[in-house]
Amino acid sequence: MTSTISLTIDGQPVEAPADATVLQAAEAAGITIPTLCHHPNLTPPAVCRLCVVEWEGRRTLQPACVTQVAADAVIHTRSPRVDLARRTILEMLATTVDLSDAPELRAMLAEYDAHPERFGEDLTRREHEVIIDNSFFVRDYDKCVLCWRCVEACGTDMEHAFALGFSGRGFETSIATFFENPMPETTCVFCGNCVGVCPTGALKDRRVFELEMATDY
Amino acid sequence: MSYEPVLTARIGKIDPASLTDYEAHGGFQALIRAVELGPGRVVALMEEATLLGRGGAAFPAGIKWRAVHQAEGPKFVVANADESEPGTFKDRVLMEGDPYALIEAVILAGFATAADKGFIYVRGEYARAYQRLRHAIARCYEAGYLGRDILGSGFEFHIELRRGAGAYICGEETALFESIEGKRGYPRLKPPFPTQAGLFGRPTLINNVETLINALHIVLRGPAWFNSIGPAHSPGPKLYPLSGRVQRPGLVEAPMGITLRELIEEHGGGVSGSGEFRVALVGGAAGAFLGPDHLNTPLDFRSLASIGAALGSGAVIVFDTSVDMKPILQRIADFFAHESCGKCYPCQLGTMRQRDIIARMVAGQGRPGDLQLLRDIGQTMRDTSICGLGQTASNAILSAFELKLT
Repeated sequence: MTSTISLTIDGQPVEAPADATVLQAAEAAGITIPTLCHHPNLTPPAVCRLCVVEWEGRRTLQPACVTQVAADAVIHTRSPRVDLARRTILEMLATTVDLSDAPELRAMLAEYDAHPERFGEDLTRREHEVIIDNSFFVRDYDKCVLCWRCVEACGTDMEHAFALGFSGRGFETSIATFFENPMPETTCVFCGNCVGVCPTGALKDRRVFELEMATDY
Repeated sequence: MSYEPVLTARIGKIDPASLTDYEAHGGFQALIRAVELGPGRVVALMEEATLLGRGGAAFPAGIKWRAVHQAEGPKFVVANADESEPGTFKDRVLMEGDPYALIEAVILAGFATAADKGFIYVRGEYARAYQRLRHAIARCYEAGYLGRDILGSGFEFHIELRRGAGAYICGEETALFESIEGKRGYPRLKPPFPTQAGLFGRPTLINNVETLINALHIVLRGPAWFNSIGPAHSPGPKLYPLSGRVQRPGLVEAPMGITLRELIEEHGGGVSGSGEFRVALVGGAAGAFLGPDHLNTPLDFRSLASIGAALGSGAVIVFDTSVDMKPILQRIADFFAHESCGKCYPCQLGTMRQRDIIARMVAGQGRPGDLQLLRDIGQTMRDTSICGLGQTASNAILSAFELKLT
């Protein structure tokens, strides 16, 4: 049995199990922290950094999804620093990726008063052709935010098929199969878990995709 | 100021291939001394010396040595020889000119921490360093410095030499572990720290090459000697890779804390080009530009941190008044966009947006608000990136705008 510790989140005294994350402690206290790469059934890769919070005395902002609480910590889930980071990340994401199928992210852009247009027009974007190489799902990486959820679902968190990994580096990173082989030539078993966890419509049921293409569905 | 070089004393004087030459010039004396003292005493010496990590992060080496010494095995020692910071060539000179010293230092660190195995991770582009280390490791096995029962101590130790494949990110210690493990060079989330769960998930002592070489001299000459060199808060000998517009570029060994002026004028023979100093990039691309106001600033960890800069690797690149700084800024922005691993959003996106914005500014097509964008991107990368790459990717650029270099 883990012990309980006391800390302060947004000025509110909070009790939490000693092994809880900041995100869990905040949620239990009714405080919402935005997340993107985090999914309750997957290991948090902590790559999107949208859940960062300000922890008094720590040099950098802390990702709430993986940072463990500590006794007497004083944490702010909203502050000018936190909001600037979230807003800037969202703006940069919106200038890189097609978020038309990501309503939660578009709501976040509004909440944080993000203005992607201030970055201008002449920006490098990630552009990919839609990959339709099997009967079950399509991959539209113009919409991929690189949250890693599909890779984790395909790996040890769910399916253990290991069909998905990465290609490229930095801004040019892409989710990919080994040697970018067509999906039927990989270890994919078409379980659909990756489609289920994708937050932005980059992975989509082929039937849904075709209906959308054919109609105003 | 008569300073006798220590770290580079053998370089250029001995045959880097010859073990006998190395032994004839004090080689393996530190290891012999360490075996006499025993692991606990060696770690105590490392703690008594205020040796701050020379890779750039300035973490006290003694704390790492103590933590791994006390940890349960199996455990590892890793020499971070993936020297990739632009303008930095100190570890290269050490490994090419005195390869046995690094090997001796890794064995010594392994002995002090009771590690099972050592790895030397050499930057892929450092072909000569790799060849010389490979040769030297083979000689050390033949001579009994590696393998079973080293120097009759009963200690068994092995070293595996690994080459990087060209990624800057693999100099970040946890990305380096991933690379050795055969994975993509992505930095890990910390905690856990390497001393708790490092290479293959085991407690790992990872030090920069220059840090490890310092350990040899701390064991031989003692922490009091070490702490007497340079400022008390960050003492010891320091290597300064000096390049750019100076009369005599090269690797300078000096007491920690010489000033930028001393480095350029006394060691570098003064500014070349127009002959008039404009600015120096201190700490490599991850560092900051320092203008004429800071010529008298001591080049040590604390003095530079106090003015918002960083010593980093110690690299100093000098620019005279005739240099057009715009292509330099573009080069730095391109570098980070190219080298970002792409794991966390702020760096993956921020390094590219920084590059885009610098490109249009350099082309004379900057937009109102571009400087504010660079500041917002910089603060976001510094505050939220997983590793030091993103956290420092805006330093040089923002410092250049503060100094109005463009």
